[in-house]
Amino acid sequence: MSVWLWILAACLIAFGTKLVGYLLPERWLENPWVLPLSHGVTVGLLASLVATSTFSSGQSLAVDARLVALLAAAAALRVKAPYLVVVIVGAVAAALARLIGL
Amino acid sequence: MSLAPPIASTVRALTPAQRRGLSVGLATGLYGISFGALAVTAGLSVWQASALSALMFTGGSQFAFIGVVAGGGALGSATAAASLLGVRNALYGVTANAMLRPHGWRKLLAAQVTIDESIATASGQDDPDEERRGFWTAGAAVFVLWNLFTLVGALAGNALGDPTVWGLDGAAVAAFLGLLWPRLSGRDPIAIAVVAAAVTLLAVPVVPAGLPIILAALVAALMTWAHVRSRQR
Repeated sequence: MSVWLWILAACLIAFGTKLVGYLLPERWLENPWVLPLSHGVTVGLLASLVATSTFSSGQSLAVDARLVALLAAAAALRVKAPYLVVVIVGAVAAALARLIGL
Repeated sequence: MSLAPPIASTVRALTPAQRRGLSVGLATGLYGISFGALAVTAGLSVWQASALSALMFTGGSQFAFIGVVAGGGALGSATAAASLLGVRNALYGVTANAMLRPHGWRKLLAAQVTIDESIATASGQDDPDEERRGFWTAGAAVFVLWNLFTLVGALAGNALGDPTVWGLDGAAVAAFLGLLWPRLSGRDPIAIAVVAAAVTLLAVPVVPAGLPIILAALVAALMTWAHVRSRQR
């Protein structure tokens, strides 16, 4: 039972966090800094997610098959492959790299 | 009667942002399998895995939650780790609110589908209507498919074995890079991306999980501020 309580609490916190930005007063959003800043921060957040999903394993850094996935995905993006293809290329590259022992 | 022609003509009738949103949903669904499988392996029930995907609905936090549980950590720590990783969604909420200006009950719905994928799809568009379509299509598509594939992964569970063998962690890497890529036009965003990634990697070993991404966001905000200031002069 207590597992369920913690799960629901964590979900409530997650939703509350998402909601905060929607409760800001409208005039704050009119500030000319909001859009450039939020676009810049989005780039920073996505780059940070790329870095952690590639190199972090828990609290430490590791170079493994995920780096091969990153490079393969970058190559697919360079030749303008559709998004879905890029993701599949990433998965296949990581699976193959593991298969050969990386 | 064949179904293919109506489907093909429906896809053609979609706008670029809607098509992008759908493919983002499909791709993200793919590694929803890995969440479902890992959640069950960590000791959660199929229902608990599904509840996390439906209610928490933010992949990074969900993986953090089950990661702590799998490591034998306390549920309180799992909740703290998940909440910390979700802090970026507050920033996304501001972005989405400024872009879309939803009202009333739509705010609640928009908040639930405020995730990396919906924000990235929306902020990759130039036209405000396309931003709106991108956000809602990606949000809805990811929600449906993420939940569906979580269930598939959770039911397959141990039979699936380690999802990394299938390269599903590689899929996540490629998915995030694919979301970032269209934003990298011009020198400023590329500089922000490189510095944010470097800050993240420097921070990972020294601060608790979830904080590196917040530090990266702070640095990105500072750099954006500096870029806009220097252009105004």
